[in-house]
Amino acid sequence: MKKMQLSYKYINLIITVVLFFALFAAGSVLYNGFFSTQVLLNMLIDNAFLIITAIGMTFVLIIGGIDISVGSVIALVCMLSAYLLEIQHLSALIVIPLMLLMGFLFGIVQGSFIHFFTIQPFIVTLAGMFLARGLCYVISIDTIMITNSFYQFIATYRIPLPFDNYISISVMIALALVAAALYLNNYTKFGRAVYAIGGNAQSAMLMGLPVGRTKVLVYGLSGFCSALSGVVFSFYMLSGYGLHAMGLEMDAIASAVIGGTPLTGGVGFITGTVFGVLIQGVIQTLIMFQGTLSSWWTKIAVAFLLCLFIVLQRIVVSRKERTKSIS
Amino acid sequence: MDDANSLLKAKGICKAFPGVKALNNVDFELKPGEIHCLMGENGAGKSTLIKVLTGVDPLDAGDIFLDGKAIAPKSPHHAQQLGISTVYQEVNLCANLSVAENIFIGREPLRFGSIDWKEMNRKSQELLARLSLGIDVTQPLERYSVAIQQMVAIARALDISAKVLILDEPTSSLDAQEVEKLFGLMRKLKKQGLGIIFVTHFIEQVYDVSDKITILRNGELVGSYETVNLPRVQLIAKMIGKAFDGFESSCKTLKLDILQERRNNFLQVRGLGHKGSIHPFDLDICKGEVLGLVGLLGSGRTEVARTIFGIDKADSGEIVIEGQTVAIQSPADAIQYGLAYCSENRKTEGIIENLSVRENIILALQAKLGWMKHITKKRQDEISKKYIALLNIKTAGPEQLIKNLSGGNQQKVILARWLLTEPKLLILDEPTRGIDVGAKVEIQKLILSLAETGMSVVFISSELDESVRCSSRMAVLRDRVKIAEISGEEMEEKYIMQTIAGV
Repeated sequence: MKKMQLSYKYINLIITVVLFFALFAAGSVLYNGFFSTQVLLNMLIDNAFLIITAIGMTFVLIIGGIDISVGSVIALVCMLSAYLLEIQHLSALIVIPLMLLMGFLFGIVQGSFIHFFTIQPFIVTLAGMFLARGLCYVISIDTIMITNSFYQFIATYRIPLPFDNYISISVMIALALVAAALYLNNYTKFGRAVYAIGGNAQSAMLMGLPVGRTKVLVYGLSGFCSALSGVVFSFYMLSGYGLHAMGLEMDAIASAVIGGTPLTGGVGFITGTVFGVLIQGVIQTLIMFQGTLSSWWTKIAVAFLLCLFIVLQRIVVSRKERTKSIS
Repeated sequence: MDDANSLLKAKGICKAFPGVKALNNVDFELKPGEIHCLMGENGAGKSTLIKVLTGVDPLDAGDIFLDGKAIAPKSPHHAQQLGISTVYQEVNLCANLSVAENIFIGREPLRFGSIDWKEMNRKSQELLARLSLGIDVTQPLERYSVAIQQMVAIARALDISAKVLILDEPTSSLDAQEVEKLFGLMRKLKKQGLGIIFVTHFIEQVYDVSDKITILRNGELVGSYETVNLPRVQLIAKMIGKAFDGFESSCKTLKLDILQERRNNFLQVRGLGHKGSIHPFDLDICKGEVLGLVGLLGSGRTEVARTIFGIDKADSGEIVIEGQTVAIQSPADAIQYGLAYCSENRKTEGIIENLSVRENIILALQAKLGWMKHITKKRQDEISKKYIALLNIKTAGPEQLIKNLSGGNQQKVILARWLLTEPKLLILDEPTRGIDVGAKVEIQKLILSLAETGMSVVFISSELDESVRCSSRMAVLRDRVKIAEISGEEMEEKYIMQTIAGV
C-alpha cells in the first residue's frame, strides 16, 4: 500500500525514463548502428542548449510560474554576442560574462514585475519575449557569422572519451548545470523554498519564507539559464540571427512536463527534465535513422507524449483527491 | 498594573476597515498556563483581533504587551520570532513537502552549508514524539489527515517559539476522536506554562477545555469571564446580544394561525446526512408552514439546507416529497421538485451585479424553461414590473442595474427570481442579513404571506427574535446535530437559548 502511494508523484518520471530506454532499445533493434554510445552522446551534444533552458524552466514551473521569454533571450544573446565579437571586436572573455549578467538581470526585471505588481507571469514574459526578439532586429536584420577564434575553438573541440567516443564542451556545461541544479534543489534553503512556494504561496509566507525574494530569483535563474543556453547555442550555430531558437520556450516547457513537472507548481524533477529533453532527442534520432520522414514528425510525437502525460497527471490528481475525501 | 502575571496583554485595540469598525477599544489579557477562548458570532471581530495580534494587519490604535514589554508585530513571521504562533483553521503548511520539512522549512539544520536531511528528520521525529505522535516524517504531509496536519502545524509553532499559541478554529474539520487528541495536547502544553488562545464556534468544546472566555460582539468587548462562572445560557445571550431578563416575547399572532391550519407534510427527510458537514437528521416540513432553523453560526443550519437542496450530495438517508421518495443529486433536481434556495451569500452566489433588475429576475425562470426558449422582451417587462410592485422593490425601473440597489432590495429581487419559478418549498438562508430594519420587517411580512398561500418556507436566521416572529415551528441545531424541535408555547427566546446551550 505504502509503496503504491509512494510512487504517484514519480509516475511521470518513471514512465519517461522507461520510455526513453524503450525507444532507444527499439531504435537499436530496428536500425544498424543505432546502438552505440556515440548516438547517445550525440543526443546530449545536439540538445545541450535545450537541457540548460529546460532546467531554468523547471524551477519556474515548480514555483507555479511560467517563462515564455527564454527562446527570445537565447536569440538576443546569440545576436548580441555576434555583434560584440565581430563588429565591436570585444574579447570572448568579456562577452560571455556580460551575456550571462544580462540574462540574469532580464529575468530579475521580469520576476520583479511579476511579484511586485502581481501580474500574471505569462503576460510579463510574453512582453519579455517580444522585447528580446525585437531587440535582435534592432542590432541587425541579417545573420552575423561568428568567426571569433575562441568560439571556433570551443565549437569544434571534442573532449575524447574511452572507446573513440567524444562529447562537446557544451555538454560539459550542461552536465555541470544539472549537477548544480540538483544540489540547489535538494540541499539548499532556496531550493526547498521554491517547492514550498509552489505548493502553497500563502502558507509559505505565513511560515516566514522569503517568498518575494525567492520568486524574483527564480526568474533571474531562468534568465541566467537562457543566457547560458544562448552562449552554448552560439557555439553550436556560430552565428547570430533574429530567428534563432524560435519556439524553444515551448520545447523547454514540454521537456519539463514530460519529465514529471506539472504546470500547477510544487512538484518537479531536474532529472525528469533531462530525460524529457532526451526523449525528444531519441525521437529526433529515430526519425533521422528512418530517413524518409520529415523532422517535423518529432513535433507530432511530442504532441502525443504531452497529451499522454497531461492526461496521466490529471488521473493521478483526481485519484489523489478521491482518496483524500475518503480518508 | 498586574502585568507581572500576564503573558499577553492588549489594551484599547482599534482597527477599522473601509466602512467598518472591526475592533473598537478592545482589551484582552492572556495569562501563562491558560486556555483562553475567544467567542463571538460572525463579524464580531475575533479574526481581526487575531490578525492584529499576529501582525497580519496593522492596528490603528492601542498597545500590545508581551511579558510586560510593548511589542508591535509587523508580520506573522515577526510575531513568531517574538513568541506568538498561530495555527489556522485551514492548515497553513505546504502539503507537497515532507512532514519534517514542514516543521523546519526556513530554519533547516545545515551541515557544511547544505541541508542536513538526516538531522532534520531525527529532530522532527523527536519533536512529534513529544506530542505523542509517531508518524513517518519523510512522507509528504498531504498523506496525513487534517488532524495530524494540525498537530504538525502546532509542532512547528512550538519549535519556533513557545510563549503564546493561537488556535484559530482548529477543530472545525476534526471528528470527535481527533478533537479529544488535540485537547489532550492543549492541556499538556498548558501545564508547561504556555498561553493558548482558542477560537471555536463549538460551545461544548469551550466548556471542555477552556479556563477563561472573552466575548466580542460587533467589534466591541462584551467582557472576560471565568469559564466555570459563566453559564452557557449567559454565554449565548452575551454573544447574540440580548439582554436576557425581562424580554417579552412578542408578535405571535400570525404564526399561531398558521400552526392551527397545519396541513399535510410536503417534504419528509429521514436520516439525511453529509459526512463532515451535518449528522443524519429527520425533518418534516408541512405545506404552508415556516420552519425556522436556529443554532449558532457553524451549528449546521446552512448545511441542512445545502444537503436538502442537493448542493452537498447526501451520503445517507432519503427525502420524500408529497409521498414520493425522490433522489436529489443536484440543485437542478431540487428545482424540478419545486424547491428553491436563496443562499446566504447574496453578493457571491445570488445577484449578478452588472445585470439589470429585469435580467436578474428572469434568470431562474429562463433556467427552468431551458436556454433555447425565448421569453419576449414584453413578457419580461410584464413579469419584472409585476414583481417589483408585488414585493415593493424600490428601483428606478426594471432596467436599473442591480448593484445600485440597497441590500434589502437586492434581496427582494432574488426572492422575486425564485418566486417566479413557483416553488413549493422556499429555503431562505439569512435573507435579512446586512439589511436595514425596515426592509427586514418587509421581508418577514412577505415570508408570512407566502406561507399563507400554501408555500412551505425554511427560514434560517441568526437573529433569534426574527426566527421567533416568523416561524411556526423550529428545529434547533448544535455542533452539526439536530438536537430538538420546538413549537407552540415553547417558542420563546429564553427556552430556545437554553436549548441551543444544551442545559
